[in-house]
Amino acid sequence: MSDAFIRTENLTFAYENDEGKEVPAVKGISLEIKEGEFVAMLGHNGSGKSTFAKLLNMILTPTSGKIYIDGRDITADDMTEDDMFDVRRKVGMVFQNPDNQIVATIVEEDVAFGPENLGIEPEKIRRRVDQALETVGMTEYAKHAPHKLSGGQKQRIAIAGIIAMRPRCIIFDESTAMLDPLGREELMSTIEKLNREEGITVIHITHYMNEAAKADRIVVFDDGQVFADGTPEEIFSYPEPLRAVGLDVPQTVELLFKLNKMGGNFNLKNISTEDCAAVIAEAYRKATESKN
Amino acid sequence: MKDITLGQYYPGNSVLHKADPRAKLVVTILYIVAIFLAKSIYSYGAVVLSAILLLVISRVSVSVVLKGIKPLIYVIVITGIMNILFTTGKTPLFQWWIIKVYPEGLRAAGLMVIRIIVLIMGSSLLLTYTTTPIALTDGIEQLLAPLKKIKLPVHDFAMMMTIALRFIPTLLEETDKIMNAQKARGGDFSSGSLIQRAKALVPVLVPLFVSAFRRADELAVAMECRCYRGGDGRTRMTKLKFAARDWFLVIFTVLFCALLVTLNIYFGPAQVVVEAVV
Ligand SMILES: Nc1ncnc2c1ncn2[C@@H]1O[C@H](COP(=O)(O)OP(=O)(O)O)[C@@H](O)[C@H]1O
Ligand SMILES: [Mg+2]
Repeated sequence: MSDAFIRTENLTFAYENDEGKEVPAVKGISLEIKEGEFVAMLGHNGSGKSTFAKLLNMILTPTSGKIYIDGRDITADDMTEDDMFDVRRKVGMVFQNPDNQIVATIVEEDVAFGPENLGIEPEKIRRRVDQALETVGMTEYAKHAPHKLSGGQKQRIAIAGIIAMRPRCIIFDESTAMLDPLGREELMSTIEKLNREEGITVIHITHYMNEAAKADRIVVFDDGQVFADGTPEEIFSYPEPLRAVGLDVPQTVELLFKLNKMGGNFNLKNISTEDCAAVIAEAYRKATESKN
Repeated sequence: MKDITLGQYYPGNSVLHKADPRAKLVVTILYIVAIFLAKSIYSYGAVVLSAILLLVISRVSVSVVLKGIKPLIYVIVITGIMNILFTTGKTPLFQWWIIKVYPEGLRAAGLMVIRIIVLIMGSSLLLTYTTTPIALTDGIEQLLAPLKKIKLPVHDFAMMMTIALRFIPTLLEETDKIMNAQKARGGDFSSGSLIQRAKALVPVLVPLFVSAFRRADELAVAMECRCYRGGDGRTRMTKLKFAARDWFLVIFTVLFCALLVTLNIYFGPAQVVVEAVV
């Protein structure tokens, strides 16, 4: 066995539509994700990203194929209900709309919801909740009402609610999509911190290229299949096929990529216009300096 | 502190605020029984005094309590008028057309109004103003826990209440947004006949319902992801503690009920209220 934390083999899933017909959404995906990896998932709407994510923590049951989580075959017949809840504990999920994942009327009560469901003793829950709130930097809001917080803060509460269950992996399903730029930045730095400092495996589904660029690896979905899989540099090196599957490759990346082809050495993660301009200016200055 | 909870909760540190919600629920029920036990003028006096006592120890401001009574003013007035009109006695105080007003009617109306006001004051001071919604749902869940034995879905009921409380502000905010959006398109909610206004609300309610169902769907999945599987095997971070203070509160209320019964027996239902209605 490999050291993959998540492994799928020829995974398929079909929804049943109103007429009772099967509509395939995931069409034979074989993928390995290592423990501690930070994977971004890209793909246009309806390419099957959310469906794939929901298969990983047993919200949906695959039509065919295998899923191994932490070495355990979760599609096996001997999976008990307790095993299923163990998978959900290990693979947490944060969704798009922060309002629709907060259960309680007080922040710390909400963070406690997961551990309470796991049947943990009260004193331990208390400790976990305090730690989780600290990790996401929301300690001072422990006694607040969630509906008064900003979108970014609500998402961090949702994350705290997941990390209080001590997961090994967290899937973010477009968790930044509804946030303003500031909230998005807050959330991305929280996600990066969880990955770097807590060693949590992260799967980040997003439409934002600059967020994907921060990952160790990008997986591109198209029509229920994996279209491309590689480091951000590798993925951004082929903007044409990405456009063909409906993804918008930022012009900055394309420019840097072309410069690299002409012998430049630019990091393709410099996606914002400012960063891009800065690295080019820097390179230009260096080049002219070395000439003199 | 003010933004902790929604609704009526009046943050404070009084004995009533600190009391266990289960004790307060039991005391509220006993108190309501006590109010209906009051028959003689003396027991009425005791009931009114107890309501004032509650107000003092809860340290909730009088204006807050008055605000709580205000929405029910019509109910109170109508009940009063009904009592005046439909209570008959021996000699009418005055007569106009078919309306006869007896002194007994005036007394019955007065006592009934006092009874309603004390009822509102007592239950709101004991519960809504001094208990957070979360403590209240926890209290209800634990008090009703024995009913789980006969397969009543007590936990589910408490969970529903929690979620309702959580989503009321969200849905109100959304209603506001939709109404503003409709207003921006020329929607008019404040003029026209009642039917016209009701019709204007349809384009608000439809999207609101659609969104509420979508929210419910997403929340259900999010709860599953957080390992929710109903009340079985679930623990709580904060356990309710029934302290000496809570026993004192309950015993005191029981004694209060006993006192009212005694007052009724000794002074008799001389100034009967209920019997006055022939
Ligand atoms: N609950 C559902 N019922 C039926 N079809 C669905 C459902 N959810 C998603 N689908 C379909 O499955 C496909 C993949 O959807 P999804 O996994 O949500 O894609 P993505 O997250 O990449 O946007 C789409 O064609 C979508 O219409
Ligand atoms: Mg999706």
